[in-house]
Amino acid sequence: MRHMALTAIAAVLAGTAAFAGGADDDTLILNDEIEMVTKTAAPDHLSDAMDEIISGWHFRSDETQQLQTDDFENQGMIFADYGAEAWDTVEGSEDKSCASCHGDAAESMVGVAATYPKWNDGAEEVRTLQMQVNDCRTTRMGAEPWKYDSGDAINMEAFVTSHSRGMPVNVAIDGPAEATWLDGKDIYYTRYGQLELACASCHEQNYGNYIRADHLSQGQINGFPTYRLKNAKLNGVHSRFKGCIRDTRAHTFSPGSPEFVALELYVKSRGNGLSVEGPSVRN
Amino acid sequence: MASGVKPRVKVPKSASAGDVITIKTLISHPMESGQRKDSSGNTIQRSIIWRFTCDFNDQNVIDVVLAPAISTNPYFEFEAQVPESGEFKFTWYDDDGDVYDTSKKISV
Repeated sequence: MRHMALTAIAAVLAGTAAFAGGADDDTLILNDEIEMVTKTAAPDHLSDAMDEIISGWHFRSDETQQLQTDDFENQGMIFADYGAEAWDTVEGSEDKSCASCHGDAAESMVGVAATYPKWNDGAEEVRTLQMQVNDCRTTRMGAEPWKYDSGDAINMEAFVTSHSRGMPVNVAIDGPAEATWLDGKDIYYTRYGQLELACASCHEQNYGNYIRADHLSQGQINGFPTYRLKNAKLNGVHSRFKGCIRDTRAHTFSPGSPEFVALELYVKSRGNGLSVEGPSVRN
Repeated sequence: MASGVKPRVKVPKSASAGDVITIKTLISHPMESGQRKDSSGNTIQRSIIWRFTCDFNDQNVIDVVLAPAISTNPYFEFEAQVPESGEFKFTWYDDDGDVYDTSKKISV
């Protein structure tokens, strides 16, 4: 009898992909215009790990999902609006704003977020979007750099990212960026903390299962910066990494640290092919 | 005044006479409840939007009193019947005496 019951459970689990904490089959259409790619074939470098990559959007409740379908209801867009104001604000010793060089962000910033983090030839390092913004602020505007993942920096990141929504994530992992990408991959598979959890323990081996009362997603970062209902503000990807590593009961790296830059590049590359969603809404 | 307050409103640009339209409004506001304490134990003063009204051609459509437990960035969605062309006027009243308003025209 007991054996039969177990078999029955196994059959249910195998029979449907969308069980319990798993991804649903909804379609994300933004503002009735842009249909987003939220599920697609995994990039080649993930061929040993998974067949399909799935946006975190699919792991959330219908109510939360719906908030992201309309710019008006997506509260992340409020912060993107603050970023838009900062875009036109003159700061620093050079009397310049972002707009002085880059003009209208709706034209100049299209597709930018999809390719970051990326290699910068001059600086010979992999740079995240925030690092690039800060480089502009210090070298071209003569302004103070923003603290990593601080409100101003995230608002600007959200504003810039919003112009790439619907475009596929496409970060380069070969060429000069490869060394950093491999560093990130190392971190992804390293077990941290007293709980000895690696990113992969949850987000590769157990996505679709429950972690306590919540759903485990694949940990894709195509939706960052993310407006979280739990703290009613935008969250940066490094702050999210920090939260995850803290939850393994480890000492974490700092936002903006080389470790997190490498990890951001690696994790983002796991989402190559998904649409950029930032600013997205999650719980 | 509370910082970063910005009202946003979504109203269709046109409708037929007698149509029932959906109006969405959102104002970015911290909605500090007055229950919280800062790191040194002092009460953070209450600062919320306490009243929201919407008028159409000087006729009241909705008038709401808000309470301290309402979360950040209050959002309202409601329906209104439009008999004629005109202007919706939206007004938010802040605890500190500030009044934020915005308006949207609709043609029938």
